[in-house]
Amino acid sequence: MRKTLLESLTHGSLTEPAPAPDEAALAELASKVDRAAQARLGRSLAIRQVDAGSCNGCELEIHALSNAFYDIERFGLRFVASPRHADVLLVTGPVTHNMRQALERTYNATPDPKWVVAVGGCALDGGIFGGSYACVGGVSEVVPVDLQIKGCPPTPTDLLKGLLALLEHVGGKG
Amino acid sequence: MDILDGIPHVHAVASHRPWPRAVVADAGWQAAIEQLTAGRLTLLGFWGEPSAVHMALLDGAAAEIAVVTYECAAGRFPSVARQHLPALRLERTIHDLFGLTPTGADDMRPWLDHHVWGKSFPLGNRNVPRGAVTYQFLPAEGEALHQVAVGPVHAGIIEPGHFRFTANGEHVVRLEQWLGYTHKGIERLMQGASLDVAAKLANRTSGDSAVAYAFAFARAVEAALDIEAPPRAIFLRALMAELERLANHFGDIGAICNDASFALMHAQTGILRERCLRAANVAFGHRLMMDVIVPGGVVQDIAPDGDMALRRLLAEIKRVFPRLIELYDNTASLQDRTVTTGIVKTEYARQFGAGGYVGRASGRNFDARRTLAYAPYDRLAFEVPVLEAGDVNARVWIRIREVEQSVALIAQILDLMSPGEIRSAVPAGRGDCEGLAVTEAFRGDVLIWLRLDQELRVQRCHLRDASWFQWPLLETAIEGNIIADFPLCNKSFNCSYSGADL
Ligand code: SF4
Repeated sequence: MRKTLLESLTHGSLTEPAPAPDEAALAELASKVDRAAQARLGRSLAIRQVDAGSCNGCELEIHALSNAFYDIERFGLRFVASPRHADVLLVTGPVTHNMRQALERTYNATPDPKWVVAVGGCALDGGIFGGSYACVGGVSEVVPVDLQIKGCPPTPTDLLKGLLALLEHVGGKG
Repeated sequence: MDILDGIPHVHAVASHRPWPRAVVADAGWQAAIEQLTAGRLTLLGFWGEPSAVHMALLDGAAAEIAVVTYECAAGRFPSVARQHLPALRLERTIHDLFGLTPTGADDMRPWLDHHVWGKSFPLGNRNVPRGAVTYQFLPAEGEALHQVAVGPVHAGIIEPGHFRFTANGEHVVRLEQWLGYTHKGIERLMQGASLDVAAKLANRTSGDSAVAYAFAFARAVEAALDIEAPPRAIFLRALMAELERLANHFGDIGAICNDASFALMHAQTGILRERCLRAANVAFGHRLMMDVIVPGGVVQDIAPDGDMALRRLLAEIKRVFPRLIELYDNTASLQDRTVTTGIVKTEYARQFGAGGYVGRASGRNFDARRTLAYAPYDRLAFEVPVLEAGDVNARVWIRIREVEQSVALIAQILDLMSPGEIRSAVPAGRGDCEGLAVTEAFRGDVLIWLRLDQELRVQRCHLRDASWFQWPLLETAIEGNIIADFPLCNKSFNCSYSGADL
């Protein structure tokens, strides 16, 4: 155990410096984050993820945001356990009829100001599951959506870019 | 002896491949149920059509499968669940979707149908509305008992479902699950779909098993059409399947430890998982390798730098993973949480035909890759680890051993693969035909049964995740444990919601 611990202390950071142009964009956004987020919400945004019927592919990539490569917390973005602690709802899936009420209730339990981010092709318009008797369609059919992050599933980098853009947008709203 | 020798049947269905399917009457249906209850056969699948129900039966010792079909002339079939409990949720689902009634059933509560679809029996041809009744959880009574209701929206980043705990102080005396929240109507969307669209839907049945589902779907279509994918495509499929297994096992081993408050392991396995996904992206252009496997083969070959990326990945795992195993093995605070926690009895694992690490940690020696030896696994050397303890710790160890096996398998495949075609043409106009396939996903066996029409459209497709037979065992595993150990038990199973809700 000691060996593993020591190695993780000495072996340098894995945190992803995105490829050149992205890095610039991220760095630029990251510096804006501080100003924008501070203005409105202090130094952080709390995110509550809601799976409204996804295939779970989107969740896997949202999880990846917390690994050592993306380390989402360095941007002041963190996942919280309750909508009551959240500023942002990150919603996936084609919103099944069976989840519709739960999504509405989660939205209502989230204090203002709040933002909804729809993640993945399903959340946009139902995606491949659109038109099913069991699905409502996009997230915006149920709750107002502020931002779309496309992809099936979106990569962690796509997610990160989208969330950083949201921080900007949040600042703009303020 | 063939499975059907012991089951009186009316006639066999010629267009069903590769295993036989036979239509049975009451006597045959009852004989099949008796073989299940006696433990001679395992229930591998149970699904409906507008006026028939099918059971897939497995004889594990002989590595044989057969499907029996009961035609529901009056919209009824004799309940299987009444005598064989593992059939219960599938039977309730058949009623929800098709409106066929299991006669003699003790439990007719809806399962997927939460009375909000706006129609009853969406896949059936019965035009009768179903009365909405409040869902009744099973009673648990006693002076000191209280209930804790959790979900469908959970605290973490996980899929939605409802758990109803009845507890005595901290001790769980009963857990009851109610799922169906992610029901998307996949089997209805499959009907009439082209092979392209259907393959995409199969890929998205359960995102963590995208490869396994695409693999099973492709094999079911190929069985139905009696064609084979080229050898190179078959190797590429297994390569992706093992890569998917690695990524999931890394993620889960870390998540289990994290739920036991051992975050270091989570961080380390998270790195390995990410490395797997990146190697997959280099090799196949998609981190979860969606839409690469299609009926007839694969749509793209491994990228020129894919081989190198994968070999680097294997080297990294071989360097880092043994230390993580040592860490797991030597951390008393971790062992304290995982040893003897959440035990699945070997008897239950056998009865329910529990797949994957849930079954293999409880003495059930079944792995579709070996028992059914589908290509290319019939040409590859690997071991299937089996343990008896059935606790969280045993499930972790099975996964650890499976990581080692997958690393060895990928290395073999990279060495064995020779250049060649990657896709066979899919012949049209074969007439109605049916295919069945079982592949081993990281969490257990995926079964796909389908019928194609003349135009190569899907008439009916049933997809059965291993979770169907694992979820009920989670209910038994938590009994007598404390509520605080539920996340640990749950994570050690990691059942699919989407895969079982469909
Ligand atoms: S967008 Fe794709 S990955 Fe995300 S839930 Fe939908 S099908 Fe799954």
